[in-house]
Amino acid sequence: MKKWHMVIDVERCEDCNCCFMACKDEHCDNDFAGYSQRQPRHGHRWIDISRKERGSGSLTDVFYMPLPCMHCNDPPCATKAKNNAVTKRDDGIVLIDPEKAKGQKELVSACPYGAIFWNEEINTPQKCTFCAHLIDDKWKAPRCVQACPTGALQAVFVEEEEFRKMINKEGLQVYKPDLQTDPNVLYKNLDFFTKAFIAGSIAKSVDGISDCVEGVLVTLSKDGKKIRNIVTDNYGDFKFDGLEENSGTYVISIRADNFEEKTIEVRLTESIYLGDIYL
Amino acid sequence: MVMQSKSLIFHALLFGLYQILKHKARKYPAFRERLGEHNCCVQLRTKDNSAGRYFLFENGRVKSKKGLHPWPDVEITFETADTAVQVLIAPRDFQGRIDLMKNFRLGLAGSESLITWFMELLSLMQSADVLLNGNYGTDLGNGVKRYTNLTTGGPAFVYVKDGKILRITPIEFDETDALPWTIEARGKRFTPPRKATVSQYTLAMKSLVYSPDRLLYPMKRVDFNPEGERNCENRGISKYERITWDEALDIVVNEIRRVKKQYGPGAIFCSHGSHHLFGYIGYWISALRRLTNAIGMSTCMNNPDSWEGWHWGAMHHWGNARRVGCPEPYSTVEDCLKECEMVVFWSSDPESTGGVYQAMEGTIRRFWLKELGIKVVHIDPYLNHTAGLLGGKWLSPRPASGNAMALAIAYVWMTEGLYNKKYVAERTTGFEKWRDYVIGKEDGIAKTPEWQESETGVAAKDVRALAREWGTKKTYLGVGGPGNMVGGACRAATGTEWARSMVCLMAMQGIGEPGINMGNLQFGTPLDTKFFFPGYAEGGMSGDVFGSEMFINMYQRMPQLFTMNTVRQLVPRLRIPEALMGEPCEAFMTAHSTTNEQFMKFGYPAPGHSTIKMYYKYGGSYIGTMNDTNRFVKAYRNDKLEFVVNQSIWNEGETKFADIILPACTNFERWDIGESGNCGGYNQNSFLGLNHRLMAIQHKCIEPLGESKSDYDICYEIAKRLDLGIYYSEGMSEYDWCRRLFEGTDLPKVISWKKFLRKGYYVVPALPEDRRDPVALRWYADGEKKNTPEAPPAPCDYVGNWLEGIATQSGKIEFECSSLKRFDPNDPERPTITKYIPSWEGIHTKELYQKYPLQLITPHPRYSYHTHSDGKDSFINDIKDHRSFIEGYYYWIVRLNPEDAAVRGIRDGDLVKVFNDRGVVICAAQVTRRVRPGVAHSYESSAKYEPIGEPGYSPDRAGCMNLLTPSRNIIARSHSHAANSCLVQIEIWKEERT
Repeated sequence: MKKWHMVIDVERCEDCNCCFMACKDEHCDNDFAGYSQRQPRHGHRWIDISRKERGSGSLTDVFYMPLPCMHCNDPPCATKAKNNAVTKRDDGIVLIDPEKAKGQKELVSACPYGAIFWNEEINTPQKCTFCAHLIDDKWKAPRCVQACPTGALQAVFVEEEEFRKMINKEGLQVYKPDLQTDPNVLYKNLDFFTKAFIAGSIAKSVDGISDCVEGVLVTLSKDGKKIRNIVTDNYGDFKFDGLEENSGTYVISIRADNFEEKTIEVRLTESIYLGDIYL
Repeated sequence: MVMQSKSLIFHALLFGLYQILKHKARKYPAFRERLGEHNCCVQLRTKDNSAGRYFLFENGRVKSKKGLHPWPDVEITFETADTAVQVLIAPRDFQGRIDLMKNFRLGLAGSESLITWFMELLSLMQSADVLLNGNYGTDLGNGVKRYTNLTTGGPAFVYVKDGKILRITPIEFDETDALPWTIEARGKRFTPPRKATVSQYTLAMKSLVYSPDRLLYPMKRVDFNPEGERNCENRGISKYERITWDEALDIVVNEIRRVKKQYGPGAIFCSHGSHHLFGYIGYWISALRRLTNAIGMSTCMNNPDSWEGWHWGAMHHWGNARRVGCPEPYSTVEDCLKECEMVVFWSSDPESTGGVYQAMEGTIRRFWLKELGIKVVHIDPYLNHTAGLLGGKWLSPRPASGNAMALAIAYVWMTEGLYNKKYVAERTTGFEKWRDYVIGKEDGIAKTPEWQESETGVAAKDVRALAREWGTKKTYLGVGGPGNMVGGACRAATGTEWARSMVCLMAMQGIGEPGINMGNLQFGTPLDTKFFFPGYAEGGMSGDVFGSEMFINMYQRMPQLFTMNTVRQLVPRLRIPEALMGEPCEAFMTAHSTTNEQFMKFGYPAPGHSTIKMYYKYGGSYIGTMNDTNRFVKAYRNDKLEFVVNQSIWNEGETKFADIILPACTNFERWDIGESGNCGGYNQNSFLGLNHRLMAIQHKCIEPLGESKSDYDICYEIAKRLDLGIYYSEGMSEYDWCRRLFEGTDLPKVISWKKFLRKGYYVVPALPEDRRDPVALRWYADGEKKNTPEAPPAPCDYVGNWLEGIATQSGKIEFECSSLKRFDPNDPERPTITKYIPSWEGIHTKELYQKYPLQLITPHPRYSYHTHSDGKDSFINDIKDHRSFIEGYYYWIVRLNPEDAAVRGIRDGDLVKVFNDRGVVICAAQVTRRVRPGVAHSYESSAKYEPIGEPGYSPDRAGCMNLLTPSRNIIARSHSHAANSCLVQIEIWKEERT
């Protein structure tokens, strides 16, 4: 049985908000009988984009994570709902019935991802519908996916087996897996949003003139074990990414020709740019 | 015999006309209604009365008889039967008809209102099947119709149900649309997707159409009485009352007549924003222009606002006046992918600004850089959105540090020999003089990377590393969002020297050589430049052959009546406030065809002309987009400015300063036509920023809201009241003009009007590989004649043979500008070679800097197309990085560094005031590491202006950052703005909230 999934590539999201605007265009002022009622003009974020800044100074980076409804395979909203107000379709899409769900404000807090919003005007909880009304009308994807200019959002309609393969091949991850809701929305390159880096810029000073040093071997170790090597580029930059935030002490060792080896201890909380490191 | 037979044909044709009129009246109730609007007699005859037929309109019915009526209300007179047949038999030969009118062989007599009514009836008769049957667009079933339209952010499908817009989506091509191009580079193949992207603000347009801020009926300021007290000092705080269109237009037209009689030429002034809702017929350089020419108004001389430094500076090194001092873009996408090793983005954020009108087309192309392992570097005080998306090396110089970094890069190249010596020797002049300055021979200061560090704040080692890599790799320099023009750095006190140095750096590396050019993949796709479709700058239906770019093509391809504004008074845009207050001012001309034009000074008021008494303000909001804009607010409230009429779609910005408000409608509520992203003229072939050329009919999707009218109809109504109805419309409706424009393009060769109306758009196939255009400036690097497909400099601008060299006195790129040597070799603000001149508002202006220690930059907004989609309760306001919703209000955002925030006790989301001596703006603070210390970043273009107290004298809480920017010219000998040299202070806003 084919099911709908969404794959979101954090590396490709630039916060253009085309997805958010497309969603509002579709669902503000429009009722879709049997699927959804209109969302309010302001206040709801059926796809919600968060920003993460990492580092500082010249080694700062920024990533974005769009968060629609996860269309979980084990949706807490369905469990909490009274009246069969929430259904999970065979194709994986989770829908809140706008009539049956009237008055059930508790569904808002039922979602651990914060994907459900309360519509005061019509007394109904609402969320992303994966544009089921369009999907059922042979559209190839929900509005957000159609509008995305970078391909960060992809709608994937495949058998579970094929999706497992895709998960492995592309290293897809669940966001907040400890919530254990088994989402159908998975993330690619999520580490840019959830993990940290240690970076620095190697420089030397000769006769009062500073220069970046290229080709320096920088090694990252932890608890005596070597993790990774990087060779600095022409700006002397190195960046060890994909580390767990708050994961303790790391050792950076710097080996450049004609210079003494240098070692720096780093207690990693969030991403850190060590700045200029002079040999 | 021939005359007789022509007479017969004449009668037959008019009899046929009669039958069609009756048929349409039977078929369409709406047509019958129009027909019934007047009881009158319309006579068509030859001058000698030898042939004639009249039409009697009575109580909703039409009767017609051969011969002459004793007292016709309207007479259409043909010189001979031959003339008549010519007109009637070839209704689409507009050149023929205009010839007849100009040569007085076709005459119209009678009351204006009846003549125009009859012509409108004939027009509707011909277009009834489309307009009255709704025979256009695609029927999707279930009562849903799909139309097409164009926006500043790409082309769109518009779904309509029950007379309301259901949704607006990007256009995904179908199987009948042309296939895309493919570029083969380094063993890979690159093909763009078969669709057209849109910007986020295009997707938000439904919320603009149905905005609570829409103007739905004409209004008059309650304390404005054109016969009595005008109370000009109350503009901006008065209340408004609803009036009828007749009342409103009568006041406007009476004021036009009064002011002209009382004050003479120049007393009426019209200005508008730089951009417009998309579409060529409705554009300000089309519908509005024909009216303003017909009335005679002082013209706004627009400073080259987006280009400043390129126009006043760079142009002197290499000409390119037709591109405002910027280089051509041809085939640079292919050249870059094939040859280039590194792209330097300098003041360049195409992900935010879309190359102006090119939506998100370039985004996918820039991902190819990564696939090919092409390195990227970003130079911007702010870690902009392109830098955020692509990664790469980020260098963050202080704003307005101008060319300090560039000079240091040149220093490294010069002293380490990392430049194209052959190119410099053969394709440029004056290098030695500039080199002596850079290496310190002239002033004893070597412009080393160490030297620039104290100016830019960027480490010497990093600049040296960049210079060395750039000097040893084939590098594309992407300046400004489009990659070959504009950019925030050119709009600062140091903008001229920055832009100049960009040209000089590229001249050192050999611009035009393989892999070496200006660009960032935003422009230069391999599309078909030979297929003709004009840009909006080519004048639409304005008739303005000399005041628009119509002279290039359209005056021949879309023949129309010629219009001409004989009022020679120019008002410098940046001095409009002074002009409105009757104060004299002067400025330098914006060059359009040749460099030297910018040396011409002009003054206001012009000799023998009146100062401005009436301001016909068309949309927009200068308050959010010009500089030091409290001046604009104050200017409205003076009684020298006797009358202000504002024609706008929404109640925002300057609308509330008008005496009369005329409500216009959006492009979705009227007909138009255009090509996505095509400007024409000053930005020729700008569709080369797209992945596909796409022309669209802009269907009228819904009826105008309330009593709003299209701009064309408003102008037409005004024209009618001055007996200029036919002169203005040529008997055409807006729909008719769309078809007329269509017929002037190459589209009829490939698609019928009927099919175009139904499908809505046409994708032009890309050129086959072997017919692609040559690479930009390759001809120049090779010492060949110019061979790129655009209007070159005028023949007279060549010093040698036609098409050889460029439009400078030497015919080559000049490091030492001969134009400046001629004009003023001793101007300390603009030396003959590019030098470092510290900003007149920046870190060196000690006293001011101590008071206001933050450098504010105000780039073009990311999420709104200038003011278009901001405010107005639009969806855009909900974007987190556009406005912050705090305590019930959507505040504009100012971004500052954590260090600067901490020192001021400011946290993320706090309400702060941003201020200097010019004004105060209340914003929401965003604390971010993307901005270097000492810098504040806030977009310009707030659509709203909401002073918490007296307009012009109190803090604005809507976010008009331009209240803070300086009004001083970049250099004295210019007409320019330096928005990005602006010192401010930021503090927590503690004052009482209203």
